[in-house]
Amino acid sequence: MRKILVTLLFLFFGTSAFADCNIKSGSINILANDFPALRTFVETSKQCKGNADFKVTHSSEHNKIAVPALTANPSEFSARIAANSSIVPLMNQDLIRPLDDLVKKYGKGIQDSQLITIDGKVMAVAFMANTQHLYYREDILKDMGIAVPKTYEEVVAASEKIRASGKMQHPYAAAYKAGWNLAEEFVNMFIGHGGEFFKSGSAEPNINNAKGVATLNMLKKLSELSNPDYLTHDSEAIKVEWESGNVALMTLWASRSGTLLDDEGDPNITKATKLAGPATVGGGNIPAATLWWDGFTLAKNRSDADADATFRALAHAASNKKMVADAADQAVWLVEGFVPGPKSIGVIEAVKMKAKPYPMLPQMGLMHGALGSEIVEFLQGKESAEQALKDVEAAYISKAKEQGFL
Amino acid sequence: MPNKTFFWFFLPTGLAMILFIGLPIISTGIQSFYAQHDQIVKEVKKCDPFGCTVSIVVDNEETSKIREAKPLGKFNGFGTYTDRNHLAVDEIRKFWNETDSFGAFIDQVTNLPFYKALIFTLTYCLFVTPNVLLLGFVIALSLNAVARKIRGPLIFGTILPMIVTPLVGSLVLFWMIDSQGIIGANIQNLMNDPYLSLKSSKTLTWITIIIYGIWHHSPFAFVVFYAALQTVPQEPVEAAIIDGASRFQRIKHIVLPHIYPVVTFVALISLMDNFRVFEPIIGFSAEGSAQSLSWLIYDNLVNEEVILFGSAAATSIMTIVGIAILLAPVLIRTWKEFRIAR
Repeated sequence: MRKILVTLLFLFFGTSAFADCNIKSGSINILANDFPALRTFVETSKQCKGNADFKVTHSSEHNKIAVPALTANPSEFSARIAANSSIVPLMNQDLIRPLDDLVKKYGKGIQDSQLITIDGKVMAVAFMANTQHLYYREDILKDMGIAVPKTYEEVVAASEKIRASGKMQHPYAAAYKAGWNLAEEFVNMFIGHGGEFFKSGSAEPNINNAKGVATLNMLKKLSELSNPDYLTHDSEAIKVEWESGNVALMTLWASRSGTLLDDEGDPNITKATKLAGPATVGGGNIPAATLWWDGFTLAKNRSDADADATFRALAHAASNKKMVADAADQAVWLVEGFVPGPKSIGVIEAVKMKAKPYPMLPQMGLMHGALGSEIVEFLQGKESAEQALKDVEAAYISKAKEQGFL
Repeated sequence: MPNKTFFWFFLPTGLAMILFIGLPIISTGIQSFYAQHDQIVKEVKKCDPFGCTVSIVVDNEETSKIREAKPLGKFNGFGTYTDRNHLAVDEIRKFWNETDSFGAFIDQVTNLPFYKALIFTLTYCLFVTPNVLLLGFVIALSLNAVARKIRGPLIFGTILPMIVTPLVGSLVLFWMIDSQGIIGANIQNLMNDPYLSLKSSKTLTWITIIIYGIWHHSPFAFVVFYAALQTVPQEPVEAAIIDGASRFQRIKHIVLPHIYPVVTFVALISLMDNFRVFEPIIGFSAEGSAQSLSWLIYDNLVNEEVILFGSAAATSIMTIVGIAILLAPVLIRTWKEFRIAR
């Protein structure tokens, strides 16, 4: 925390070092998720605001606000920091504008690899990458003579060994909160098993098969090694579990590593907290994880002048070498000049292991939603894996029909 | 009050009700009969920092043309009402034909989201409403009997659960029943089972939410009953005492008949409130084990990145119908009494 503060202070007072981007007018209003790296990013773009109005809303409920806020005309926000999944509803509803002209005009420092192009048009500019990967307690594993797990099967074996030793009751943790988080764990594990969510070229679901069953069984095994309240635990809750020393192995977002390794909390735990790449599962060679990018998009229903001002401010941050150097431990920046540090191991490993990006499909949100509520009963032992998968498909089909995908 | 005076007196309220309650309900009703247009998708190349793939996107040009022509969407009739996520007519017919025993049939039906939610909602109503009435009445009677000096602070203490915001109240309890919280950990010790979790067991979650509901709603019943008790005439009570009636007999034959209209009123309001149970589910993060009809609407509107207006509207209309059915017996009875009284 102190580090972040120092960084932020440095950024505030370092402002004079930057040339003003010479934005004369316009109004900038940004909607973003709430975690340290995004705060740094937005703060950096603020330095360049010039005479423009600058407002920002950081909220973990950003997904719920985004579509209604951008549908309004003029829209509430001029920019939305989105990710692979959250850009899809914006695309579906045609709420964001192509950025090609702006990139040509103002995007000098932005690398080509940062551009998210869809059908040849730049729709977003990415600035950081994220994934879920393994965290482990070096001291515990060493004591027990356990090697760092590379597969989820090894994670299960290691957790069982730790539990048997009596050191910890619930040695494993992952964000299994019913709803979005749980569905995300399924998505990871299913991709790790080599699954495809839809029959090729259509919106027909394709999860009720051997791979789906294997995925559910692995999730169940892991949930049995977790705190019994796992269905109510999101990323923040398992972070707290970790910091209280109740957990030895954990799957968590790379973007949270900064808060785990900061000076807050028990120094012994912090010292023993180590990062590893994401695990594979079921003998597969791609990791059971999805790659994510975070990037900015601009609202369509907003004046060109606002879009201009907003783009210039955000592009300033998305090409800022000083920001990525100062905040190197907050995220894996995709910006030029970023030197990966020890906190980036997870993402770097995931990319090396050829992890797949989260599927950017128009109907994926419906599948994700159906998964989040329908697989709960299987984990509670109330129904079979086949029944749960059948329920997911049925729930998805009804929703997809209503939305016109089927 | 003469009818004309009543009309002018009621007009502002009536207008506000039409504007803010009536019209939205009509709009919701209309919306529930429509679904989204068929999505026109096209295959395009997508590139991100991790590489390029060919996959599909919604063709916005084509879609916007259709949308402009028919902004409400595709007429779906009762399609949304009967699909699997709502009344699931086809599924139920299928289960009926496929299952051998009634138990298996019920199992299958209660696995459908709408019925799952309906069962929880009804269970909640069934347990919370009578208990709220009973508890509220008992508290009102007891407080009515204590010395006047300490009544004030006691009343304040009793209505506290109602003053506390529902979400805050449920969060407090949520942390207490955590497996490391004061109640959760003690129950684990008591049962000698380190894997026991109030939050992961469906039955225990239901019990927790129901107890919370009773705790939260009782003060309302109490306040109304307490006020009603102040109007009970003393003469018949004294006469009954002289006749040698016990306390129980006095309550049964004098107090209860006197406050009966108020009991009906509280029962009505309580039923309506309980049928729309929502906050505790969010507060307890109990989505996994307990879903109510209101929660289904919320889920359709915000929990997914794609907003399902049709689904949410259909569930809303069915919730209104559900409340009407639940209230019908009480309303009919009140109406009859009203006619007799006239």
